[in-house]
Amino acid sequence: MARILHTVEVRFEIESLTLPNPDWHQRLYRMNKITKLARWIALTALWCVASNFAFAQTASQSANRLPEMELKDMEGQMVAISSLYAEGTPTLICFWATWCSPCKRELNNYAELYEDWQDETGVQIVAVSIDDSRSVRRVAPYVNSVMWDYTVLLDPNKDFARAMQVVNVPHTFLVNGEGQIVWQHNNYSDGDEEEVYEQLMNLVE
Amino acid sequence: MRTPLFLLLLFGLGLNKLIAQGDGPENTTQGTGPVSGNFQVLWQSYSEDERIGAIVPPEKTGYNAYGNLRYNQGGFSAGFRYESYLNAVLGFPGRFKGSGIGYRFARYASPSQNVDVTIGNFYEQFGSGIVLRSYEERALGIDNAMDGVRIILRPIEGIQIKTIYGKQRFDFDDGLINGDGIVRGIDGDLDLNALFSKKGGQDWKTKVNLGANFVSKFQAGGTIASDTLILTLPENVGAWSYRLDLMRNGWSAGAEYAAKINDPSADNGYTYRRGEALMAHLGYTKRGLGISVHAKTVDNMSFRSDRDLLLFDSPINYIPAITQQHTYNLAATLYPYATVISGESSLSAEVFYNIKKGTLLGGKYGTNVSVNFAAANGLDTTNLSGVQGVIDGYERQSWGFGPEKFVRDFNVQISRKVSKTFKWKYTFYNLEFNTLTTPVTTTFKGMVYADIHVLETQWKTAKRESLRTEFQLLLTDQDKRDWGTILAEYTWSPHWFASVLDQYNFSNPNEADRVHYIYAAVGRIEGPHRLSIGYGKRREGIFCIGGVCRAVPASNGFEVNFSSSF
Repeated sequence: MARILHTVEVRFEIESLTLPNPDWHQRLYRMNKITKLARWIALTALWCVASNFAFAQTASQSANRLPEMELKDMEGQMVAISSLYAEGTPTLICFWATWCSPCKRELNNYAELYEDWQDETGVQIVAVSIDDSRSVRRVAPYVNSVMWDYTVLLDPNKDFARAMQVVNVPHTFLVNGEGQIVWQHNNYSDGDEEEVYEQLMNLVE
Repeated sequence: MRTPLFLLLLFGLGLNKLIAQGDGPENTTQGTGPVSGNFQVLWQSYSEDERIGAIVPPEKTGYNAYGNLRYNQGGFSAGFRYESYLNAVLGFPGRFKGSGIGYRFARYASPSQNVDVTIGNFYEQFGSGIVLRSYEERALGIDNAMDGVRIILRPIEGIQIKTIYGKQRFDFDDGLINGDGIVRGIDGDLDLNALFSKKGGQDWKTKVNLGANFVSKFQAGGTIASDTLILTLPENVGAWSYRLDLMRNGWSAGAEYAAKINDPSADNGYTYRRGEALMAHLGYTKRGLGISVHAKTVDNMSFRSDRDLLLFDSPINYIPAITQQHTYNLAATLYPYATVISGESSLSAEVFYNIKKGTLLGGKYGTNVSVNFAAANGLDTTNLSGVQGVIDGYERQSWGFGPEKFVRDFNVQISRKVSKTFKWKYTFYNLEFNTLTTPVTTTFKGMVYADIHVLETQWKTAKRESLRTEFQLLLTDQDKRDWGTILAEYTWSPHWFASVLDQYNFSNPNEADRVHYIYAAVGRIEGPHRLSIGYGKRREGIFCIGGVCRAVPASNGFEVNFSSSF
């Protein structure tokens, strides 16, 4: 609200014809312009730097590291994200929710292949639920009923999802043994497991 | 002025890193990217369709765009979100206007995570969120981010203390606009197993978690006149809650009690009654089985940083609905239930069961069954009269169900894999829904009784191709009567998808309103980048994500969606 009032004041002074110094309103106007310009320069420069990083990463295939965070598991115990890849094996992080059908299809389909994937690549699947307090209590009963052998973490206010730049679920990340994101996919359709398997094999070969 | 300064700070950090990358040998081996982000663009074009009530705004198109950028270096992170509403797509709060920075923060967490400080915007939740939850559902335009300072301390293992102080996001007009109210709070969380880890606490069969919090809001007061009374509005309103969670051998139990002092507001008709809420749950789960039971009663617990606002504006807390969040179109969007904010008592129970594979009922691959039931009624209250009536409104007789029925929702789902290439899932819903207390439709006031049948099938037509279909039928004698929906979706993994959806209100009492709402979309996915283009009619209704729903108007035209993260 303070900002609006401020703008109104400025506009009033510009439009006022009874100002003592005739230069005053022009200076004010210019100052306002300079501030705006500075803002845009800063913004543009930042985007340039950012995109620089982004492209550099694509080229070297070494993307972002996982953020340092702790999340609760279904038993209420804190799990450090860094402990997920501590053994140096690949990790597949899948963001999902109990109300998200494609997410459940994805994780149910992976479940059938999980043993084989583990034997061949040592991959650990981590299913991160973004269910909020409406549905977070449904996570454990659902997970047990469909018999997933995954590590399940709870992210009820989407702190981890935000840090991972997840826009919507399902969103799947393949992480190497050093905690670097090497591949990601936003969506799930049947057959994507073939792509995941290829990516996994690329990683371990 | 604060925004450019903040950006310069960020820019400085980015540049610093860029220079460091040039000469630091460690960077050539690790190449750890310190910057991540995402983009999202939603564009809609509008054509008029009188029959479905689709209008064309003067600007003819709607455009929402977001860009998030985050810088991470060790325990330090900072970032911002750029937002653009030129103009906002229909269904979004129409007052969101222009382009600018809607969110910015800087955060430092020590390597041991003992100290974690955030300045600027942040999202936070205390316990279940019944006293405090700031969160974001971007697709719905819901965002009550805090703007201030948050400090999280973990002095010893098992103890966590969070303090927050700030204002809340209320609006957007070429930049973030906060509401007037000040929100401050403290939350303590105690994990007994971690606290006693030296005495083997982590190996105890029983897991115990305790918590408590206190939140206070400040808003300049004044007086209100009602009848012959002149009442002073409280400027500081406090709310608090206690919670306990226990787990042992597959059993889980928990409860949270919350209360709030007098808080006259638009939600409660400016009465001075205290607010209270009690939530409890009990669950049991083992491999192949999950059971959970919930009870909840909420009395006058709407808590906002501005007492005069309603609906999605400036809520401090979050009161989830008792019913399941449905996923199929007709069940999810025609009559979705939301907690009646003035007060309700509710119960729900749910069973998930896996029928073993190789049995007669389980078939070759096993069959999954789930049953869910939820019920909510108004509170058991007596209205007060005279001065007491003006001040308190009513008196609660018990925590139990009052006479007014809000919702009954019973549903059963069976899903089964028949062969390597074919799966089906059938869901039946029986719904009783009070549209007087939860006004999700403008065409009917009263109780809607509906049965919904949904059959979903999935064929794997080739190694990376599949066809998914949904056949939905909603049968009711009330409101707009029966609906049918057919959806067909074909996917070529991992890049392409195409879908067609037809919703048909085939027995609308008004024959001219028996409209087919046909919507088709195609899309391409390239890793974390996703583009979809759709065209058709979108029904007026309720659009839900997670636990939150917003009413969207009918519209007709193109929709382009692009999202990307890196």
